[in-house]
Amino acid sequence: MEIKEIIREENKVYSSPVLLDETDMHYCPGCSHGVVHKLVAEVIHEMGLTETTVGVSPVGCAVFAYNYIDVDWVEAAHGRAPAVATGIKRLWPDNTVFTYQGDGDMAAIGTAESIHAANRGENIVMIFINNAIYGMTGGQMAPTTLLGQKTSTTPYGRRVDLNGHPLEITELMKLLDGTCYVTRQAVHTPAAVRKAKAALKKAFQNSLDKKGTSVVEIVSTCNSGWKMTPEQANNWMVDNMFPKYPLGDLKNE
Amino acid sequence: MKGEVKLMKGNEAVALAAIRYGCDGYFGYPITPQSEVLETLQAEMPWETTGMVVLQAESEVAAINMVYGGAATGKAVMTSSSSPGISLKQEGISYIAAAQLPALILNVMRGGPGLGTIQPSQADYFQATKGGGHGDYHLIVLAPSSVQEMVDFVTLGFDLSFKYLTPTMILADGIVGQMMEKVVLPEQRPRRTDEEVKAQCPWAATGRTGLRKRNVVTSLEMDPARMEVNNHRLQAVYREIEKNEPRWEEKDVDNADYLIVSFGSVARICEKAKEIAEEKGIKVGIFRPITLWPYPIDALEKAAKDKKGVLVVELNAGQMIEDVRLSVHDSLPVKHFGRLGGIIPSPTEIVQALEQKLINPEK
Repeated sequence: MEIKEIIREENKVYSSPVLLDETDMHYCPGCSHGVVHKLVAEVIHEMGLTETTVGVSPVGCAVFAYNYIDVDWVEAAHGRAPAVATGIKRLWPDNTVFTYQGDGDMAAIGTAESIHAANRGENIVMIFINNAIYGMTGGQMAPTTLLGQKTSTTPYGRRVDLNGHPLEITELMKLLDGTCYVTRQAVHTPAAVRKAKAALKKAFQNSLDKKGTSVVEIVSTCNSGWKMTPEQANNWMVDNMFPKYPLGDLKNE
Repeated sequence: MKGEVKLMKGNEAVALAAIRYGCDGYFGYPITPQSEVLETLQAEMPWETTGMVVLQAESEVAAINMVYGGAATGKAVMTSSSSPGISLKQEGISYIAAAQLPALILNVMRGGPGLGTIQPSQADYFQATKGGGHGDYHLIVLAPSSVQEMVDFVTLGFDLSFKYLTPTMILADGIVGQMMEKVVLPEQRPRRTDEEVKAQCPWAATGRTGLRKRNVVTSLEMDPARMEVNNHRLQAVYREIEKNEPRWEEKDVDNADYLIVSFGSVARICEKAKEIAEEKGIKVGIFRPITLWPYPIDALEKAAKDKKGVLVVELNAGQMIEDVRLSVHDSLPVKHFGRLGGIIPSPTEIVQALEQKLINPEK
C-alpha cells in the first residue's frame, strides 16, 4: 500500500484541536492544564459553540488560558470568575459561559462567589483544576492541600492544628440545589482523558439545556510545585489524591 | 408621561432613571442608605418590560464583578452601594478601569471610617477622586446636589462612560439619596439590541460571531514595556477627559468678595448661607464643582480671582480643600469648614465659619 493511499481524511484518527493555538504554552512539562485545555478546545469546537462561547480565566497558572483557546475571554480577579461569568451569562443568556478555576480560586478566595453562583443555578460550566497547591505563586498551600503534604507555606507538611483540613468543595457543590451535574475526573491516562472529555461535553450540554450549574473537577498534577518528575507526580496523585478526592460523578440529574 | 413631575427619593429616582436609560443590568447588595435602589428595581420588574437584568448578589465584591463581566460584553451595567460597600468594590473598580470598560457606580455616602454611621457624609471624596483601588487610574466622578441631578447623571454617567470607556461614579450622599424632591424622569429609551451592542463595542467578549478574531478583556500584561504603553494609553484618555469634561455651577461669583466652594447636597445649604450672609452685607459667591474628577481647576482659579478668601464647606475633615488649594495655587486664604459623623451644618454655622475663619480671623 502506498503512503498516499493511507493518508486520507477517512483514515484520520487524530488531529490538532482547531481551537487550540499553535503557540508555546507556559505550562510546565507534565502539568495537567495542557491536556484539559485541549479537551475544552475540542469540546467547544465539536459542539459547534465557537461563536457563542465566552470563557472566564482565573488568577493562577491558567490566567493565560486566553492565549491558547481560541474563543472570547474575560480575565477575572482572583476568585471572582463565577461572579464575572454570572454577569456575562445573565446578559447574554444564549451564549455558553464557562469558568476555569484553580483550587485557590474555587475553594479559598472565591468560595463565596463559587458557592453562590452554583446555588443560584447559573447556567454556566465551572471547570475546577484541583492540584492541591498554588502553582503560579511558587507552591504554597492550597485549600485542597492534603494533610502531611509539604508546600512552601507548610514546609513540614500540612497539619490540622495549624492549617485546618483539606476542603472538599466539590462535595459542597453537590449539596446545592442549583447544581445539576457535579463530577470529579482526571487526565493522567488515555482512559481518564476520554472520560474527562465526555464529562466536559455533558457539562456544556447541560448549559445549552438550561439545567443549572455543572461543576467538573479535574484532579490534576503540579509536578513542579510537588517537586516531582511528571511520572512520579501521576503516581503520587493516584496514591494520595484519589483516596481523598475519589473520581466519578457526585451528582448527575 | 413626558415631562410629568413626580415626588420621590433620590435612590428611587436613580432606579427609575436607569430603567428609562435602557440600562441592561443592575447588580447590587443591600446597604443603608441606598437600599431603595435595589428595592425599587425589584418592585418595578424591568425584566418584564425593557428586559433589564436585576440581581441581588451575595456581596458587594460579587456585585462589582458581575458588573465587570457585563461591562466586558459591552452592556450598559451598573451597581450602587454606600461607603463601606464601595470600599469592598474597589478591587473590581480597578479591574474595570484597567480593562477600559464602561460602567456606572453609585456611592450614596455615609459616615466612616469603619462601619461608621448610616448618616450622610462626604468623606469618600479622596477615595472617589484619587483612585480608590490599586494602580494609576481615575473614575469620572459626578456629584449631584438634587434628586433631579441623581436622575440626569444616570444618563450623563453612562454616556461619558461609553464615550471614554472609563467607569463613572455618581458620588452622592445620604441626603440626596434619602430626601424627596420633585423630579422629571426622562422618556423611556429602548435597550440596544445584541447586534447594536456588538457593532458599538467591537472589543466586547460576546462570542466570536462570524469567526472573527477573538476578543480578550484583561488587565494583565507581563511585559513591562507593553504594560507601560497600556498605562500611557489610560493616561491619554484621562488627559482628554480633563480637557473636555470639567463641569461646575457658579452663583454670583463675579460680584462677590468671598467664595464658598462646596459640592453635592451641601452646596444647597450654602445657598441659604449666602442669603444670610448677604443680609449682613457680606457679598458671597458660590462655586459648585459638578465633576469632582476631572476637577474644574481652571474655572475655579478664574472664579477665585480677586476674592478676599475661599471657604470650602464639606461633610468631612477637609478633602476637596486640597483640590481647591491646588486650583488657586494658594494665592489667597483658603479655609475649611466641615461637620463630621453624619452632622449636617446649618446655614448660620456656615456664615459664622466664614466670619471667624476669613472675615475676622483670630490672630
